[in-house]
Amino acid sequence: MSTTKAAANGYTTYMTDKLGPLPFCPGCGHYVLIKALDKALVKLQLDPKNVVIVTDIGCIGLSDRYFTTNAFHGLHGRSITYACGLKLARPELTIIALKGDGGCGIGGTHLLNVARRNIGITLIVGNNFNYGMTGGQHSVTTPTDGLTSTTPWGNVEGPMDLCGTAIAAGAAWAYRSTMFDKELSDVMALAIDQPGFAMIDIWELCTAYYSPRNELKRKGLDDLLASYNLKVGLLADNPRPEYSVHYKEAYEAGKSVIKPKLPIEKKYDNSVSRQTGIVLAGSAGQKIKSTATLFAQASMFSGLDATQKDDYPITVMTGHSLAEIIVSRERIDYTAIDSPDYFLVISEDGLKRARARIEKLPETCTLYAEESLDLPETKARVIRLPWAETAKKISKLSVAVIALATMLQDTGLFSQEAFATAISQFQKAKIAETNLKALEAGAELVSN
Amino acid sequence: MGREFLEGNEAIARGCMKAKCDFFAGYPITPASSILHYMLELVPQAGGTAIQAEDEIASMGFCIAAAMTGRKVMTATSGPGLSLYSESVGLAQMGETPMVIVNIQRQGPATGSATKGAEGDIQFTRWITSGGLPVIALSPATIGEAYELTYRAFNLAEQYRSPVFIMANKEIGVTKESVDLDAIELPPLVERKKVASGKDYVPHNFNGLTDVPAMSDFGGEYIARYTTSTHDKTAYLTTNPAVIQEMIDHYTAKIDEAADDMALYKEDFQAGAETLIISYGIISRSATVAVKEARARGTKISSLILQTLWPVSKKAITSAMKGIKKVIVPEMNMGQYCLEIERLAPPGVEVVGVGKMNTSLVSPAEIQRTGGLL
Repeated sequence: MSTTKAAANGYTTYMTDKLGPLPFCPGCGHYVLIKALDKALVKLQLDPKNVVIVTDIGCIGLSDRYFTTNAFHGLHGRSITYACGLKLARPELTIIALKGDGGCGIGGTHLLNVARRNIGITLIVGNNFNYGMTGGQHSVTTPTDGLTSTTPWGNVEGPMDLCGTAIAAGAAWAYRSTMFDKELSDVMALAIDQPGFAMIDIWELCTAYYSPRNELKRKGLDDLLASYNLKVGLLADNPRPEYSVHYKEAYEAGKSVIKPKLPIEKKYDNSVSRQTGIVLAGSAGQKIKSTATLFAQASMFSGLDATQKDDYPITVMTGHSLAEIIVSRERIDYTAIDSPDYFLVISEDGLKRARARIEKLPETCTLYAEESLDLPETKARVIRLPWAETAKKISKLSVAVIALATMLQDTGLFSQEAFATAISQFQKAKIAETNLKALEAGAELVSN
Repeated sequence: MGREFLEGNEAIARGCMKAKCDFFAGYPITPASSILHYMLELVPQAGGTAIQAEDEIASMGFCIAAAMTGRKVMTATSGPGLSLYSESVGLAQMGETPMVIVNIQRQGPATGSATKGAEGDIQFTRWITSGGLPVIALSPATIGEAYELTYRAFNLAEQYRSPVFIMANKEIGVTKESVDLDAIELPPLVERKKVASGKDYVPHNFNGLTDVPAMSDFGGEYIARYTTSTHDKTAYLTTNPAVIQEMIDHYTAKIDEAADDMALYKEDFQAGAETLIISYGIISRSATVAVKEARARGTKISSLILQTLWPVSKKAITSAMKGIKKVIVPEMNMGQYCLEIERLAPPGVEVVGVGKMNTSLVSPAEIQRTGGLL
């Protein structure tokens, strides 16, 4: 923070008097805070075009327009989110968020997360223990027993230590002060100079509400600090890489794993004469969805169009998993399958979920079912298969491949070769090797 | 690239990258989460920044601020998250912020069914924030359209300095389909109108209510201002009712007056038809089948598929209703867009809503049954 820079750029203030005086109540701590910020900016001699003052709702939020820098005034308690957005998008800018204690309550999660992420913004809190703008209600920092318009018999809640909370969340730099701190502007300049997240919690008098109601004066602030055993001064100085720096490094180090995508070109023929609906019903964890995708991709290798619509619970690895695949020579419109052509039920979970549908299957449908399942009455042509037994010899995770290979062999919709091509192209070599075996085994179940 | 088997969420991410999106923030939510995954991978590859925010409010805050630095931004969520976006959408309107908001709708209200589709957010999106200003919303029916309309959403966002919604649902977002994205014709990218010269930057400097003001980036050549509060063209607070009304008229007119310009729709009219199906999104595909089946039985029937839901494509809808006696409006909700059609239907035209919200698609048979076509 050099004075030579000041001489070079010649910024003597970052405030405008075009709008008249600051709009705060006489004696309000915000005057001190704003003037100190101006002085800090003068000390730093930053180009105002590269500085953004971000505010949200509350008395402190009235201040951004008095600065000659860029100004962003947003929703109550969310200034940190805008400050972070600006900094993430333009890391070279100096971003200063001004916030009240009220904003620290409603936007508490943003305080925790900016500290944790170490996004290089400066947060200055004008902490006057109540909501000044809306009539002196209690906030997250109102001292216990404090009188406010919403704690008429004294505050029964405990105050939140803003710096302590931010430090616990990982704040790289934190400073607690009061409006009577003569070095406030120096402290602010220091905070703004930090590459990572830096915050200053400035305890203030609200001369409209909290101070008169609680007879809180200058000495009272010191007594409050003492009563909570809180110190003023630098409370944390643990520099670590700023978010955007770290983000870039992580990407540069990791980008080599990105694999190019491969298109699906027609390589094989098919014998699909009309839109064909296939339902695969099994358990979560049986690779139902991913195998259905491979099957659909195989149909595309065979020159068909395909859709896949899944049904599964919010949990993974437990409960049912159903995939509905449609293959067609023409554009597929309706993606649900009201009248399946082929229905494959692999597991008890799948059967449970699909039971009502199986009961209603038309006689034009072929139901392929794991042989151990107790099937309901159905008009469909039923073929029972030892899929579970077969999978045991290869891999439990391949049971869906086995099942679809069986169906494919039985129907001849398209070639097993197409299915093999999809497996080889889209699966990791080791998994593909197993699944190619599964494919053969599945086909063999009906080849004789 | 050629043909791929893609889910809608990936197509949306790819359309977004095709539109040169370079900032994304989002919060995990089924069935929109995979957009977050794709974007976290794709955006840094294009030199941009993508982040998982701590909640939906932060997602919007990050995106709005980033957009004002000149980035092209997108966020994605589902119904519960959209509820949390609500206040911030108002902020984006107030500051005339170009941004794309994707909503992969699911069965609601509240938590509803995370993995099940519905389209219950249609009117919610129109009236998403306090103040009731108009929004732009597009609804894709296919995976290809998810790609195309996301790309177009960026153009509309830039052209009108407005948040633009992509309203898909689980049935598009996580349904896979064979598609060749490169075969889809796209209009040229619309570049943001930037302030050319001048002494000071006036953030909302419109000349005439429908004029969309040129922008200057935060951190750019001019000092920039942005505010959530009632303001004048300079983004300074105002209490002058005439100025306030002019700003509101501007926000309203720039979208509403452009409704026919941004109307995207598909017509399939049959001469002599007295029945018309008006549909959108995934259910338009059921409508297409219903039309095919009805025509196969010799019924004369027309179809209008809307891709732009907000603002309402009045001209397209009104002209489609010429000579029509019955309009069938199938939806995955309890009859939301049907209200718009009723509003535009001339006296004597019967409007039949085919709405349901039980997590399953409205089938072609249901459209024909409830629509009286069988």
